[in-house]
Amino acid sequence: MKPVNIAFDNVLKASPEAFLKSWIEEVAHSGEGSSGSNARVAQNEARELLSALQDAVRDGADLTQFGSDAWSKTRAVLAELSQSRAAQGASAGETSYFVMAIKKPLFAGLQQLISIDPQQVFDTVWAASTLVDKMAQWTATTYQRSREQVIKRQQQELLELSTPVVKLWEGVLAAPMIGTLDSSRTQLVMESLLQRIVETGSELAIIDITGVPTVDTLVAQHLLKTVTAIRLMGADCIISGIRPQIAQTIVQLGIDLQGITTKATLADALSLAMKRSGWVVSRAIG
Amino acid sequence: MERIPVLQMGKCLLVTIQVDMQDQTAILLQDDLAVKISGSGATGVLIDISSLEIVDSFIGRMLAGIAAVLGATTVVVGMQPAVAITLVELGLSLEGVRTALNVERGMTLLRRADGGDLDF
Repeated sequence: MKPVNIAFDNVLKASPEAFLKSWIEEVAHSGEGSSGSNARVAQNEARELLSALQDAVRDGADLTQFGSDAWSKTRAVLAELSQSRAAQGASAGETSYFVMAIKKPLFAGLQQLISIDPQQVFDTVWAASTLVDKMAQWTATTYQRSREQVIKRQQQELLELSTPVVKLWEGVLAAPMIGTLDSSRTQLVMESLLQRIVETGSELAIIDITGVPTVDTLVAQHLLKTVTAIRLMGADCIISGIRPQIAQTIVQLGIDLQGITTKATLADALSLAMKRSGWVVSRAIG
Repeated sequence: MERIPVLQMGKCLLVTIQVDMQDQTAILLQDDLAVKISGSGATGVLIDISSLEIVDSFIGRMLAGIAAVLGATTVVVGMQPAVAITLVELGLSLEGVRTALNVERGMTLLRRADGGDLDF
């Protein structure tokens, strides 16, 4: 074992309980710590991290090489810690400070142990500082990664939620679009709409854009593409719910919607669809 | 060389594409169709592409061009969603080609286009 490792091992095993206490106190003291009910959880996490650290140091892991295999267990503990923190909604600062706070008891312990040889003091402190920084960095990275995963999953869910294709009548499908239309969403709507046309053998599809806040040239382009694809499959398409402002924008942009049936509301579009397929709706009374 | 059969039903020609189209196959089909139409006096052509899963720009142009063959009404039926999206992305909207969801509706379309004197 290297002298630095020996010094480390001595600090860590000297009095683990006091070490933990000082660590948790430092976390709580900083104001970044977890409050009340989470204190026990934090204590357990600290204990687990400490034991992982102890094992690695005892196995002679190089303190400057946090990326090496010897530290894999410590990294796993940190990853788990940051993932659970991310899921609980703790901030990145809180999470990484929890790891940084180990410096307090660690340095205090080292101070008591090491000799007066300045070179050795410097080496040990430098190694300790580097290690803790690397650990905090790793925690922050994993934290960020797990947050990104959450965001990605939510995006995917939003995408699927906001693009339903519903059957309005025998042979009539409707796709109510809500929110801003971009390439990926239009692609998704187009695919699911076309797929449903094949499945149900519907001859008419209504795309309702009441919930679309703005239409620019790109969105119009996407709409035209969808309409063309539907026509290629052998079905017909009506676009409904073009609001006055959007109609004005479309005219100003010089987008040609000729050849595409448009209706003011979904109800108008449905009544046109029913008329085309020969349905007559009449009121029974009055 | 694979050859796509062209079947005659009354005054209508029926083409079912069940293999992946090669450029050669497409050219051959176009020639066969021209010969058949001029020989039989058919007024309608129905092309079923429901098993066709891959198209490129050449096949797309072939499908678009077939409409112009000797004045017969052409209906393309059963296009897969992926094929439709691909054609749109390629910028081929197949203007002038009639489309239908399946063979039955395609036949109805042809019958109507011909003023009802197509009998099968």
